[in-house]
Amino acid sequence: MRKFAYLVPKTLDQAVSLHQSHGNRAMYVAGGTDVMVKVKSGKITPDYLISLKHALGSPQLRVNSDTGELHIGSLVTHRTLETSSTIKRHYPILHDAVQHIGSVQIRNVATIGGNLVNAVPSADGAIPLIALDAVAKVYAGTGERTVDLIHFFEGPGQTVLAPGEILTEIVVPKQPAPSAGAYQKYGRREAMELPLIGVGVQLSLEQGSNRCTKARIALGVAAPTPMRSLAAEHYLVGKEITEETLGEAGKLAADESRVRDSVRGLAWYRREMVEVFVKRMGMKCLERIKEMGA
Amino acid sequence: MATEVRFKLNGNRMQMTVEDHWTLLHLLREELGLTGTKEGCGSGECGACTVVVDGLAVNSCLYLAVDVAGKDVLTIEGLAGKDGTLHPLQKSFVENGGIQCGFCTPGMILASKALLDENPRPSEAEIKHALAGNLCRCTGYVPIFASIQAVIDQGIEEVDVVVRQSESPSD
Ligand SMILES: Cc1cc2nc3c(=O)[nH]c(=O)nc-3n(C[C@H](O)[C@H](O)[C@H](O)COP(=O)(O)OP(=O)(O)OC[C@H]3O[C@@H](n4cnc5c(N)ncnc54)[C@H](O)[C@@H]3O)c2cc1C
Ligand code: FES
Ligand code: FES
Repeated sequence: MRKFAYLVPKTLDQAVSLHQSHGNRAMYVAGGTDVMVKVKSGKITPDYLISLKHALGSPQLRVNSDTGELHIGSLVTHRTLETSSTIKRHYPILHDAVQHIGSVQIRNVATIGGNLVNAVPSADGAIPLIALDAVAKVYAGTGERTVDLIHFFEGPGQTVLAPGEILTEIVVPKQPAPSAGAYQKYGRREAMELPLIGVGVQLSLEQGSNRCTKARIALGVAAPTPMRSLAAEHYLVGKEITEETLGEAGKLAADESRVRDSVRGLAWYRREMVEVFVKRMGMKCLERIKEMGA
Repeated sequence: MATEVRFKLNGNRMQMTVEDHWTLLHLLREELGLTGTKEGCGSGECGACTVVVDGLAVNSCLYLAVDVAGKDVLTIEGLAGKDGTLHPLQKSFVENGGIQCGFCTPGMILASKALLDENPRPSEAEIKHALAGNLCRCTGYVPIFASIQAVIDQGIEEVDVVVRQSESPSD
């Protein structure tokens, strides 16, 4: 393997200034599951890998009891999210997604921050967080800024992060009760596979009825970046959630998607699967809301 | 660049100079001659390189050697007792035909060990979920799952014995 120097700055400021002094010869690394694969294959040739492990401090996953916001430090691993009872109970859409990222071995080291910054259209961590209206906190050396996650992605492998900027944490706002979500990573096999399509649905209902007060429909591999189907969301709000209304939302989402042909699957098939899984995930939301109430 | 690291390897305290770009797999196989850990794909897909770091199964082919500083690393060489007594998982893989060519075996056994340490009585679905990142080209997996199940069943028997003993004074 090509040689590189591994730098482990102690603070965010040191990390940013190291990145600035080495310019495009440097690259940040967290769990390294994307970076190392690319370095080994020669796809990228950094002279300096700057580890964020110390600068970002120990990874934090916590709910702020005052605001009800969920804070996920960018170094939190997929495995930590998978095994967290809070995530499983209150953010099932995220649990659905992270438990099928790679293998246990990958999830033990791969971080949520790395998944977002790597920014592939299939990033399984991104879709549920977008459906939850998550916000990304970014450290820019001169201070902190926040970006709505839906606006974080600019293209395959491209985010709004300027060179040297660091994603510090993801904040998920409190969801209106009752609400639940569900995510389907759909591929040819269940494990160790990138999705053909990723579908996340998060619904909030009126107390005691099935009338929808808020809907989020987020799609992976349906466009060059993770996307939301605003048409489908808009359609559902104010309606009773039934198989019929979800079926219609699925059609709208399929129409709005910008799926393409690829080696993994053809556009027409992907479009049909968007329709199928928007409906299925919507029904799962209903089921989960019922279970929570029970 | 090179960095001085201290870590624990199979219970032994280690202190060595490690090149920054070495993977843990390279360190184990090429520098330390511990060839029990295998390299299959080299890219996180096959699990042949699985080792346990601080209790977690990881792919040593993607893990930087410098990152083991301060950590506890277990490889297949560290699993048997000092006198050569096989670990129950090793013994069970031998007895239940969980091994054919053996290339996947160190990774399978270490991934299973990490699972059982965390969850001593996993369901079949949980076993499959935990081993999804370990490929085997020979066995068809059935004898591998059977090998792990046999260890779990033994464990349950042992627990039952303990339960019976603790109940005995009262009856
Ligand atoms: C075998 C295998 C299977 C996989 N399966 C899946 C899958 O099913 N679904 C899926 O979505 N992904 C999958 N991945 C991809 C990968 O594991 C994830 O994207 C992972 O979350 C990346 O996290 P990391 O910490 O390893 O990132 P790294 O490799 O450390 O970094 C990835 C990128 O993010 C940048 N970066 C990391 N952290 C920060 C930060 N805090 N601030 C700024 N920049 C940062 C790095 O510079 C780099 O460009 C798989 C990978 C492998 C090898
Ligand atoms: S060699 Fe590491 S996963 Fe295949
Ligand atoms: S026994 Fe040959 S690869 Fe598993």
